[in-house]
Amino acid sequence: MVGNYSPAQIADWLVPGRNLFLTIHALGVACFVYIVAKRMVPLLRAERDPRFDQPWARLQRVFKFWLGQWKHPRYKLAGTIHILIFAGFILLAARAFTTLLVGVSENFVMPGLSGRTGRIYDIVTDYAATVVFLCMVVAAIRRLVFKPARYAVPAKYGKGHTADAVFLLGLIAVLMVADSLFAASQAAGHALQGQPAEDLAFLSLPWLLKVALSSTPLATLWAVNVTAYLVHAVTFYFLLCYRPFGIQFHVETSLFSVYFAKLERGMLKPVRWDVSDEHLDQVKSFGVKKFEDFTWKHMLDFYSCADCGRCADNCPANAAGRPLAPRFLTTKARDYAFQHYPVLGSPKESLPLIGNIYSEDEIWSCTTCGACEEECPLLVEYIDKIVDLRRGMIDNGNVPQSLQKPLKALESRGNPYGKLEKKKADWIKAPEFRKGCEVKVLDGKNGADTAYFVDSITSYDDRMQSIGRSTARILDHIGEDFGILGAAEKDSGHEVRRFGEETLFLALRDHNTDAIKAAGVKRLVTADPHAYNALKHDYKDVPPVEHISQVIAREVQSGKIQFNPVENANSVYAYHDPCYLGRHNQVYDDPRTVLDAIPGLKRVEMTRSRDRSFCCGGGGLMLFYEPQEEQRMGVLRVRMAADAGANVIVTACPFCMVNIEDAIKVAGLEGKMSAIDLTELVDQQIVRAADTESLETAKLETATCGG
Amino acid sequence: MEILVCVRRVPDTSENEIQLNAAGNDIERDELVYSINEADNYAVEEALQIRDRVGGNVTVVTVGAEDDEEILRRQLAMGANQAVLLYDEAFTGSDGKGIATVLKDFVQKGHYDLILTGVQADDGAAQVGGMLAAMLDYPFASLVNAITVADGKLKVSREIEGGNREINEIDLPCVLSIQTGINEPRYVGMRGIRQVASVPIPTVGASDLGIAKGTVGEVSAKVKRIDYFVPALSKGAEMLNGSREENAEKVLELVGAKGGLK
Repeated sequence: MVGNYSPAQIADWLVPGRNLFLTIHALGVACFVYIVAKRMVPLLRAERDPRFDQPWARLQRVFKFWLGQWKHPRYKLAGTIHILIFAGFILLAARAFTTLLVGVSENFVMPGLSGRTGRIYDIVTDYAATVVFLCMVVAAIRRLVFKPARYAVPAKYGKGHTADAVFLLGLIAVLMVADSLFAASQAAGHALQGQPAEDLAFLSLPWLLKVALSSTPLATLWAVNVTAYLVHAVTFYFLLCYRPFGIQFHVETSLFSVYFAKLERGMLKPVRWDVSDEHLDQVKSFGVKKFEDFTWKHMLDFYSCADCGRCADNCPANAAGRPLAPRFLTTKARDYAFQHYPVLGSPKESLPLIGNIYSEDEIWSCTTCGACEEECPLLVEYIDKIVDLRRGMIDNGNVPQSLQKPLKALESRGNPYGKLEKKKADWIKAPEFRKGCEVKVLDGKNGADTAYFVDSITSYDDRMQSIGRSTARILDHIGEDFGILGAAEKDSGHEVRRFGEETLFLALRDHNTDAIKAAGVKRLVTADPHAYNALKHDYKDVPPVEHISQVIAREVQSGKIQFNPVENANSVYAYHDPCYLGRHNQVYDDPRTVLDAIPGLKRVEMTRSRDRSFCCGGGGLMLFYEPQEEQRMGVLRVRMAADAGANVIVTACPFCMVNIEDAIKVAGLEGKMSAIDLTELVDQQIVRAADTESLETAKLETATCGG
Repeated sequence: MEILVCVRRVPDTSENEIQLNAAGNDIERDELVYSINEADNYAVEEALQIRDRVGGNVTVVTVGAEDDEEILRRQLAMGANQAVLLYDEAFTGSDGKGIATVLKDFVQKGHYDLILTGVQADDGAAQVGGMLAAMLDYPFASLVNAITVADGKLKVSREIEGGNREINEIDLPCVLSIQTGINEPRYVGMRGIRQVASVPIPTVGASDLGIAKGTVGEVSAKVKRIDYFVPALSKGAEMLNGSREENAEKVLELVGAKGGLK
């Protein structure tokens, strides 16, 4: 890029060129620093958030999610375009820097990029600029012609961002063309003067422009060269200073967002990072009520969101027509930040977020399924923010009437239904069940190695008690020494915490922790993924916990559990991943391994499965909440199973069972579709001692037939 | 505006299985959980909302025993300015008139512009509000489902048969019995209650109120509960066994016949 003429010399006749370019650089950098400093103001007023630990783990995530663009291929076209642009930008960084500095010091060469390496770098970046330019064209066409649905902004969430997006794409395109034209005009000029011209990459944008300029007179070439340089420099700084005003700020902030991203799954942030649970009563205000109650990292998330719409595209609440789309939680907060912390002028008085930028229903609509977080390429956190906003509403007494009764019942009875504690173990007393399986209640008289944590719904709901009994029979079959806590077990509090009632959750947790310790067990097992997640992540000092699907998978492998073949040859099974087993705890394979071990079981996958599983409607307190919605999430889910060709939905969570069985009725699929819990299916198919004989006979017969 | 809300602690019907005791004259009370009577909770919320609009104080009062302090504390957590427990052995066993008498004497010791009660206690007879008004010679409106304050008077909306409403103007001071659904009561959790744990709740007895022996309590009660029973189950629901469309039509017909459709 270094020629006889540099822009600094050419502009000599106008003003001393070097001074002009120095001024542009100084102004550009100063503006950028000023704007970024202003953007940092709310972060300095934000709540604490310790994210400076585990640098190695964080760097690994930077390599994977930032440099490696790990999440992007989940959306093939948009992801590919982004990866190309990102790679282009990374490659072009040194080139842009060199070009800018050449205006001040014409012989500047980036250290390490001289000689042969430099020539290779030039060739590579010629192509990079070309690819980025083409990507801009494709992206603009997508935005303007194909208009993917996920970019649309419904009127209630504000104005569309297409114009801004296309404007930014245009600026980047201009930058690429200016950069290429600068190189092309310089190379053409050198060639015309008979000097050794730069080798431009064959068929790259600079190469094409050079060909186009081949018969241009020298004077025009230098004019083009200077103009291209100026346009490049001005566009570069304009972009740099304009990005912090919109969706492209992520170019600067994404690296930090990813580095400081949350490391643990399934965990919730505490009410205050600097206050222990014991001292929470002294905290004056809980949760997020005003913008400054967010942590600095959460504010950084607002800046980093690229508004790609993937979160909302995967959000079941959004799909069901609830007034929630994660994307707009972020963009509305960003708009608020920009308005209340203006670049020019001092910060404005803060307003309550609920009622001004968010509605109550918007915040209660979330099932905390985690689909948004799973999808976000920038690892933006949503659940913690939703829970913090709910904590704020709870603290203000702002709770839907439909949730007040179950919360009160949880406080006085330890379960949301207001059922009597002494009836918690009634499900083990059913005479038919009792004949085959005697379950111990670990009340001090009885001890066991393992406690089966049943939780409220499985204990009290007539339908879900079947899951409890199947779980007990399975544990009994594999010879597990287990019992239940009975009346001493209160609700795990998983949803209580996620609905923002932290104080009540802590009371439930402390009670259960004591009960578990008093039972003296070494292990916990549960068939409820919500209880599983609570015991695993929300509780401290309790024995290790497993979900029953993990236990079954292990015993299938060990051979303790064997299955009879499925009887109905027309049954096609689809496994529905419960959010708190799958996405939040990565248990995807165990239930599938179990299903695939059942001889003759035909299994299909829904398009949305594993980490893209679609929430059935939510558990715990969500069953009491009366959302505004166009249709039920469960109905959408049941249709997905039908589309996959399944007629039996297998799940591994009592709440999924409630929602899916209801949805089958609502969708009018009764008789065509059914739902079964993994434990029920296993219990039904398991080879028991009584079956062994007949199975042997069957095998013998098969062998005879085969022979 | 100085507002007094008379509340009562009742067994929560949604969280208890109500069973008769062996003697058959009361319910089994050993494992009951209690909460504030639902309508009273709406009355407190309404009082708080009026106070927040026009200023003043909200006092919550109950005629009860030590155990009843828990609901007073809950109402303090909700935002009431003070709470008073009216407790004396002499009050025990009062009938509705006895309770109203205790409340009347308490009201006359203070200065209240507006007195609210719930429309009825879950285990009550919807009588104390009206009696209290009469004893105080205050105007009374029952089944109130909206209140607006205007020029030293109130405009109250009352629910009348068929879900219709009538609007009354009523002079202050007055007694109103509040219907559920008048507002959306705010939530109070354990945290709120803990935050008011150290707020004193004074106990006021018969001598403080100058109530003579024999005027309240069991001795003076002229209404006595003599039996308590659970009605026998009548015949079950009518099952519709037609197709979905037929059932829908039949439901419309049945609801219409009962005046449920307009």
